[in-house]
Amino acid sequence: MTETPVTDTLSSAPSRDLPPQPRPPALQPVELARWAWRQLTSMRSALVLLFLLALAAVPGSLVPQRSIDAARAAQFAADHPTLAPWYDRFSLFTVYSSPWFAATYLLLFVSLVGCVLPRSRLHLRAVLARPPRAPQRLGRLPFHESTTVDGAPDAVLERARAALRRRGYRVDVADGAVAAEKGYLRETGNLVFHVALLLLLLAVAFGHLTGYKANILIVEGEAFSNTVSAYDTWTPGPLADEGALAPFTVALKSLEVRYQETGTQAGAPRDFQARVRYTTSPDTAESSYDLRVNHPLKVDGVKVFLLGNGYAPVFTVRDKDGAVVSRGPAPFLPRDGNATSLGVVKVTGTSPQIGFDGFFLPTAVIDQNGPHSIYPGLKLPRALLSVWTGDLGVDGGTPQSVYSLQKSGLTQLRGENGRKLVVGLAPGTSATLPTGETITLDGVRRWASLQVARDPGTGPALVAALLALAGLMASLFVRRRRVWVRVGADGEDDVDAADGGRTLVEVAGLARSDGEGGDGLADELRELVAEIGSDDGTGARDL
Amino acid sequence: MTSESLAGLSNQLLYSAMAVYAGAMYCYAAELAFGSPRRRGKAAPVAAEVRELASVGAPTADVETSAADTGPQDDGATRLARADRIGRVAVSLTVLAFLLHLGAVVARGIAASRPPWGNMYEFSTAGSLAVTGVFLVLLARKPIRYLGTFVVLPVLLTLGLAVAVLYTESAQLVPALKSVWLVIHVSAAMIAAGVLTIGFAQSICFLVQDRRERVPAEVRQPSFMDRLPAAAALDRSAYKMHAFAYPIWTFAVIAGAIWAENAWGRYWGWDPKETWAFITWMVYTTYLHARATAGWKGRPAAYLAVLGYGTFLFNYLVVNIWLVGFHSYAGVG
Repeated sequence: MTETPVTDTLSSAPSRDLPPQPRPPALQPVELARWAWRQLTSMRSALVLLFLLALAAVPGSLVPQRSIDAARAAQFAADHPTLAPWYDRFSLFTVYSSPWFAATYLLLFVSLVGCVLPRSRLHLRAVLARPPRAPQRLGRLPFHESTTVDGAPDAVLERARAALRRRGYRVDVADGAVAAEKGYLRETGNLVFHVALLLLLLAVAFGHLTGYKANILIVEGEAFSNTVSAYDTWTPGPLADEGALAPFTVALKSLEVRYQETGTQAGAPRDFQARVRYTTSPDTAESSYDLRVNHPLKVDGVKVFLLGNGYAPVFTVRDKDGAVVSRGPAPFLPRDGNATSLGVVKVTGTSPQIGFDGFFLPTAVIDQNGPHSIYPGLKLPRALLSVWTGDLGVDGGTPQSVYSLQKSGLTQLRGENGRKLVVGLAPGTSATLPTGETITLDGVRRWASLQVARDPGTGPALVAALLALAGLMASLFVRRRRVWVRVGADGEDDVDAADGGRTLVEVAGLARSDGEGGDGLADELRELVAEIGSDDGTGARDL
Repeated sequence: MTSESLAGLSNQLLYSAMAVYAGAMYCYAAELAFGSPRRRGKAAPVAAEVRELASVGAPTADVETSAADTGPQDDGATRLARADRIGRVAVSLTVLAFLLHLGAVVARGIAASRPPWGNMYEFSTAGSLAVTGVFLVLLARKPIRYLGTFVVLPVLLTLGLAVAVLYTESAQLVPALKSVWLVIHVSAAMIAAGVLTIGFAQSICFLVQDRRERVPAEVRQPSFMDRLPAAAALDRSAYKMHAFAYPIWTFAVIAGAIWAENAWGRYWGWDPKETWAFITWMVYTTYLHARATAGWKGRPAAYLAVLGYGTFLFNYLVVNIWLVGFHSYAGVG
């Protein structure tokens, strides 16, 4: 024996008075792993992780997220040039896909598994086992009743057994006592809840991996088919099969929008309705559908949602000789609630090329705030465009936005007075440029922005969530109780019982639910005693 | 009746309800004040007796009836009887205020022919109606009259905020809100909010009472807290409230996800509103776990419950008004 003092063991197991031992060897990897596992799956760690996950979700609601609003995130980064790189380093623009957020919930789920597995084993054992035998002294339990009733002990015991069975208890008769337990569903529900959360996570992951999301802006009268190249943005999951997209097509026939006309909320949108026609595959007949917010079109497991809308003024540009060089709708993007919209028209068929950029105003006003719209409906539509000539840069092969001009190769046209030229157009009117071309505002169409999404995880996620809810309710509201009934066990009263007279009955109960405090258990015991006491075993009450 | 005059009626009913609520709140407060023992010195034995009465159980009607039975010769007992009368008046006023409040919400709904919770003003009035409603339902089954002050006060504050800051003219819904899920999701959230408010009040009472009970009974200063149940009982009822609210909140979140999937094409997108609903859910999850964990029972768990309510309030006030997201229906400003 060495004199080395006992070093504290790393495990949190209760320390016992052991004889002095040699210093334990350094922890083997297995032991270390076991120790770490025990720490991670302890309730204390679970509590900390639960709280950390709540905390970790906070920054994503305060810092603009790229996944939610990329434009705001970019704007924030531009406004805070020194802060943004640091935010980036800590994934603050992508909180919900960041390593530290993932680490928190994955650890939590590991901890959950570590908790659920042993508890399932214990619960299975409890379900398979008989209810535990009656304790020696029932009178010591927090809830107990005793009384003498008519009948022989065996008959009384049988009545007790039947009464408990009727109340949904699992019963076991042994040694002149009934042991009964009910409320196994409480722990079952608890385990179901936790497993369902795990399933929910898997469903979310599955949907994220195999689904896809796409956006498209489509003008009235246009159509698109469900192909990657048709979309303005395409966000596939890592495992999405781009070659096997559902072969449907959607055509936007018309878009109707209604606004609040009066009151302080005038201009607030009241109704959007996109009339579409679609085919599920090239060789099937067309069907029509009214696409509205909250009323998506479902085709072949894919959903088409109406997200937004705006105006696409239709311009015709003619050259000096009156030949049409450009004709078509140009979608302008709204930038306020009254649809003050910005956009461009690019004309490549002239030499030099011409670019127009500026406003489309459905109800135009020009005041000290500059040109803007005061109502989103078409009450006084005007287009106000400045004119640029030169090289638009569209042939250079570098991608550029269809909603703005790349002005490096362009010069702005000026009017006769030398000021920058602004062309103002009402529907049906034309303007002739100093260079000889004319531009006509033929009319105004609307565009709809649609989101096309396939998420095969949605159904499983919903099932898992509802399963979790059901398990949760069982785990919170089912009461787990044990009840024991003993007859004629201790005392002189059972002397009478020998001639089939009276029998002493002791009933005791134990509430086994956290935080329940034995609500109603005393009442249940009283009712039970009454039922055992009556001859037919049903008690005085109608059941 | 035109929709304008209905909306006007709704406003008048709401102002009346607020006046009656204020009366109810004073009565609840008076019940606590008159029903609590006098300062020590003159009436020390009475104080002891009241404590004993109060500790028989919650300050229920039957405690007070037994106090009234002992006759007017006993100073403490008469005072308790009087406090009980005031308490009953407070409950009657609360019922009256609730009916006026209900009338205001219903009139507002009829005025716009839709569920009356389409903007922040309406959500506040309907949500606080749910708080009173939950309180009255519970009051019919459980002796929780002592909570009156702590329930009516936030209701009154919410209504004050609604009429002073959040008021929005009655109008039709924006398209995104036109869905049956508006009824399901929002009403579940409001009922959960009502129950959580009661649980929050109980948790606060527990924290105060628990601190009080750490002082030995002989040297404890008398206080209106003597009329409240013991700390352990408060803790238990607070837990029951939270355990009841938690599945409703869970359901509200799930219903919201179903709606979001239908409206925006994704069931979960970390929109600020969704994020804070999740945070609230996580904090209450932590509370429920803490309550079942040695070393976390009692005060630490109660702090979590209070924090959970704080995150709920943040979601209701800060997220709706200041944070940009899909759920921008406040209609404020």
